[in-house]
Amino acid sequence: MNMPFYVSPEQVMKDRADYARKGIARGRSLVALEYDNGIVIVAENPSRTLYKVSEIYDRIAFAGVGKYNEFQMLKVAGVRLADMKGFQYSREDVDAKGLANAYAQTLGQVFTHEMKPYEVEILVAQVGTPEHPNNELFHILYDGTMMDEHRFSVLGGQAEAIRAILERDYEPDLDLGAAITLGTKALQAEDGDPIEASALEVGALERSRPRRAFRRIKQPELETLLG
Amino acid sequence: MNDAPLPFFGAGHDPGPSFLELLRAVAPHALPGAGLERLSSPEMPFEVTHGTTVLAVRYEGGVVMAGDRRATAGHAIASRRIEKVFPADEHSGVAIAGAAGPAVEMVKLFQVQLEHYEKVEGEQLSLEGKANQLSQFVRANLPAAMQGFVVIPLFAGYDHRRNRGRVYSYDATGGRYEELDFQTNGSGSVHARNWIKTGWREGLPVEEAIDLSLRALFAAADEDTGTGGPDLVRRIFPMVAIIDADGFRELPADDIAARSEALLTGPERGGYPA
Repeated sequence: MNMPFYVSPEQVMKDRADYARKGIARGRSLVALEYDNGIVIVAENPSRTLYKVSEIYDRIAFAGVGKYNEFQMLKVAGVRLADMKGFQYSREDVDAKGLANAYAQTLGQVFTHEMKPYEVEILVAQVGTPEHPNNELFHILYDGTMMDEHRFSVLGGQAEAIRAILERDYEPDLDLGAAITLGTKALQAEDGDPIEASALEVGALERSRPRRAFRRIKQPELETLLG
Repeated sequence: MNDAPLPFFGAGHDPGPSFLELLRAVAPHALPGAGLERLSSPEMPFEVTHGTTVLAVRYEGGVVMAGDRRATAGHAIASRRIEKVFPADEHSGVAIAGAAGPAVEMVKLFQVQLEHYEKVEGEQLSLEGKANQLSQFVRANLPAAMQGFVVIPLFAGYDHRRNRGRVYSYDATGGRYEELDFQTNGSGSVHARNWIKTGWREGLPVEEAIDLSLRALFAAADEDTGTGGPDLVRRIFPMVAIIDADGFRELPADDIAARSEALLTGPERGGYPA
């Protein structure tokens, strides 16, 4: 009978974390910024159909980096959870915190109990209403670590370089165009190459929109906003 | 509070983009009309609340949908201000006649279904796809319909692929029929339909289509006890919505009030002195 080699739990977790981080670093990063009318999410994504940024519910959006099929599955599960809750209780009872907790639970469970952790980082963003204009940004890592962030959020393998730019140049109450421009500039810090408008995916949660706050910002509007 | 866990499904059990299938899989008790089909009473021990006359009229730029505001339970008036015309999504609407409770639940489920599909798939269903979805919902209600809880919707929307308004009607079995020009439904529907028939023409301008709809509802209220007319005492007027290339929008109550008051001096008054 073969005896399994002893591997310390620290080593197991470290190996899994390294594995997940490597997978995430293979993809491109994305940023979310609070601006004067809500939250805008800017991602580098040459695909016009495979989205990284999506609508979950009336005031809630989802964004993911890393392995597409994994964060896509998480997105669909989030839409299902939110729609079920809204249908069985009330639309007002669906909130980003409950959703973010559910994601953190799932990612944490998979990280410790499954063979392979998810190679993703995700963001659950919620915009308030004109009467209660509070924004929420929940940034959740591959192991279920959950962070409640303000002003901006950076997801991806090269987050440090991008965050440095945002720390330096971010101002509250930017308008939509300025926020997208800053987000794009920050993303360019990933490898220094300029990013064309055609390679950007942008979604915004607009506080002033009545029920469904999420809107995709596409060409040619994006081109105009980037000046 | 413990948050509900994320729903995951194994291969072969995934409900796909259908909210109805999701509900069947995880919360069948929350389905509209769940349990109604198991009733075995030979006759209804209480009166079911019914919504009555609704209509959809195609005009030059889209569709007008309208409904009166009365709900009845047997010979009693159950509500004077019920709403029977709802947005299904941005570019389509649904109007209901029949058992009010299951009907409102069906509309709510239909609204969630269209939005759910759009969010899961990343794009909207075609108008025909939406009409077919509603057909499934009506069919799912058939066992309850056999117990007396019949729900018959009208569905209308603006088809962006064909650049025109389209109207669909249903029967209790989920049968779906596309109407060329207009359709009415509910207890006063015959009177409303005949009225529209005499005034409808191809290329009707929106203003005329709205007035024709209001007059048709008045005609129904005039002849059918189940249909409510304009209530000048309480200022309750029919509900009217327009669906065109810009989407679904309900007309403001003031506008409908003004249009309804014009009936006071129209042929509707007949030979009665002012």
